[in-house]
Amino acid sequence: MALAGVVALAALLPVAYLVVRAGGGGWSAVAGTLFLDRTARLLVRSLGLAAAVSVASAAIGIALAWLTVRCDLPGRRVWRVLVALPLAVPSYVAAFAFVSNVPTLTGFLPTFAVLTLLSYPYVFLPVAAVLERVDPALEETARSLGDGPATAFRRVTLRQIRPAAATGSLLVCLYVLSDFGAVSILRFDSFTRVIYQSYQSSFDRRPAAILGCLLLVFTMGILVAEARTRGRARYYGGGRGAPRRPPVIRLGRWRWVALVLPVAVTVAALAVPLGTTLRWLAESVRASADLGRIGRAGGATVLASGLGAAVTAVAAVPVALLAARSRSRLAGLIERSAFVGHALPGIVVALSLVFFTVRFMNPLYQRLPVLIFAYMVLFLPLAVSSVYGSALQAPPTLDDVARSLGKRPREVFRTITAPLLAPGVAAGAALVFLTCLKELPATLLLGPTGFETLSTRVWSATQAGAFGDAALPALLLVAAGILPTWALTRRGRTTAS
Amino acid sequence: MSTAGSGAVECVGVSKAFGAVQALHATDLSLASGTLTAVLGPSGCGKTTLLRAIAGFERVDSGTIRVSGQPVAGPGVHLPPERRRVTIVPQEQALFPHLTVAANVGYGVRRGAARQRAVEAMLELAGLAGLGDRMPHELSGGQQQRVALARALAPGPSVVLLDEPFGSLDAALRDEIRSEVAALLRASGATSLLVTHDQEEALSMAETVAVMRSGAIVQVGPPQDVYRHPADLWVANFVGRANILPGRAVAAGTVETALGTLVVGAGPGNGDVDVVIRPEQLQIVASGDSGAATVDDRRYFGHDAVVGVRLPGGERLLVRLPSADPLPVGARVVVSCQEPVLTFPTTVR
Repeated sequence: MALAGVVALAALLPVAYLVVRAGGGGWSAVAGTLFLDRTARLLVRSLGLAAAVSVASAAIGIALAWLTVRCDLPGRRVWRVLVALPLAVPSYVAAFAFVSNVPTLTGFLPTFAVLTLLSYPYVFLPVAAVLERVDPALEETARSLGDGPATAFRRVTLRQIRPAAATGSLLVCLYVLSDFGAVSILRFDSFTRVIYQSYQSSFDRRPAAILGCLLLVFTMGILVAEARTRGRARYYGGGRGAPRRPPVIRLGRWRWVALVLPVAVTVAALAVPLGTTLRWLAESVRASADLGRIGRAGGATVLASGLGAAVTAVAAVPVALLAARSRSRLAGLIERSAFVGHALPGIVVALSLVFFTVRFMNPLYQRLPVLIFAYMVLFLPLAVSSVYGSALQAPPTLDDVARSLGKRPREVFRTITAPLLAPGVAAGAALVFLTCLKELPATLLLGPTGFETLSTRVWSATQAGAFGDAALPALLLVAAGILPTWALTRRGRTTAS
Repeated sequence: MSTAGSGAVECVGVSKAFGAVQALHATDLSLASGTLTAVLGPSGCGKTTLLRAIAGFERVDSGTIRVSGQPVAGPGVHLPPERRRVTIVPQEQALFPHLTVAANVGYGVRRGAARQRAVEAMLELAGLAGLGDRMPHELSGGQQQRVALARALAPGPSVVLLDEPFGSLDAALRDEIRSEVAALLRASGATSLLVTHDQEEALSMAETVAVMRSGAIVQVGPPQDVYRHPADLWVANFVGRANILPGRAVAAGTVETALGTLVVGAGPGNGDVDVVIRPEQLQIVASGDSGAATVDDRRYFGHDAVVGVRLPGGERLLVRLPSADPLPVGARVVVSCQEPVLTFPTTVR
């Protein structure tokens, strides 16, 4: 309990300091930044982008889920895996691919398109999982009560997927508001880009802190809303699972027309980035790229991500154990504060840690430990949910039995609790590792001087227009991202069956 | 052996409160060596707290607990669970999922050459020979139950505590596993304590039944004593089915009731009383239009049947019929009781 509390406090500390720092100049200074026309336009642009991408993602995600789960789409099993994969493509890689083909692609529409193509799987995955386990008896009952097939789908099945779609759309909102790579490369002035610019260009960093806090208000609000809908989604989706699979809907001649959607999406979200990257790669090989530099960046990436994964997975253990075992109010609070990381844009965490280290731990400013700590704050939720599954396999009764059989608490942890947690800790560490690889804004702001990872390499090369230099790191990152996404879709399948 | 008695476990005046809730109220309990004692009580009566106090998972507020004569809990004493030689079989068996059957059974046995032999002997005794290399999830429900018990018995504990161990099993399996467990406990010569809310389980398995209510033991004795001579009306009602009729004790050894004058086995000599009649003490002596009572419910179980009968005065009785007479609902019958009955002074309700 005490350990879990320490982890939770550590996760909240930088954010708390950001708020203190933002308010440091008094209310008039805060108001001076908040009530500018510029801030109002920034708000409209960011929220507008988030809303537009969410709506488009919901439409694409639901349509694809319905086509691949319920209809006789040609090759639907393959499509189910393929259309989930855009989740693996870092936004700055996709943005790089588009911009390097057509340099004039900037502003709202390209940003909207890129983010939609990458984030609709947040809707697709949960909706497909629900569609797969909806009890066909529900639709059959509706049919027996006089509904036609289309009406029954609308009145019954669509109601079942609504909570899952809502949860997914809110995750898309979070993703869009937190995204730094795509909006920066496609030069769309949303919160994260403006915060970064304001931080880079001015000696007075308070406006950056104030905007960071404002962004935090929205992401936190979305996190709360998401938690609410998730509770309802479980209520709808739970139960003992369907005894039968729902009947397949025959599309007839339309099945080839329906193929247009998954093909278009996969081409735009996967084939274009991959093809572009490969083309630049071929060109850069001809121009004999600096392989040594990429090798060093790779090494630095593995080092930072490995340390981040190890620290995060270990920190997740007390929190997950507490969440699985205790039902007290304090335990719930600690658990929830560990999940705040979900709502923290990387740029905000990075900014707050810059302020915090400069003020309190100057020797550590722009040193590796601070970056590792940022990774922990950002990705603790991933590790906690992974360890939590294992912690459920180790209920406190097992400890009681082991104690009664003559083992001291430390031995009980070594022989019972630790071996049972190990798979969850390992899976959590792997997931965090692969997520750290792609992380951009925190690595950019907190990495030591001269420290270059694959993600910052893609970013700086793209900024400089040196697209060939970005190709190989981008390709490596996409390859690394596909693994956990694959695991995610498989997990979704096993829980659904 | 200690001076406090020959019991393997002695609880004297054990109290435990959770906030405002007094879970144990100066509870006394003594377990005779080598026997199975059942603590029987409704849910929330404190029986699981008593078990956890004996095992060492709960710290008692006052009173003392001795295991094999050695104080394990009391004023200034609280031995941790691992040093009490008290093992548990929890509700859901709680087998260690990452260990084989043999490793589960050997978990509490000291390392060394004797360990493997001890494990094999225990597997043999529990009818699990040859299953040592299996993982827990590969076993049937009954086998898992036996592994949980074998694991608890293997270290040779002073006492084994079983916490509602059959609750998670389905009814068809439960009967069979109960007798397996009772046989295994007898064969190992262990002292054991079974906590349950199921009176059938307590009566059929235990040598001694301790009835618990609101954190205190209200009656201890062999199952047949507790059933035949319940300490009060509450115990009579909780242990087995009981018909309760108001009555008036007039002459020595008899009581006037709606069923006529009955012979009293035990109870106060005069005044208003509550009469306890078990369903099997009643007979239906005549049926047809002559009867004053009416059958209003009928449940057929195969080996016997229970019918509900309403007396002219409105009192309702359950009658257990050894053979299933074809008594339709609505039939007029005459009910009689030939056996001695129990009476208790009428309680103000």
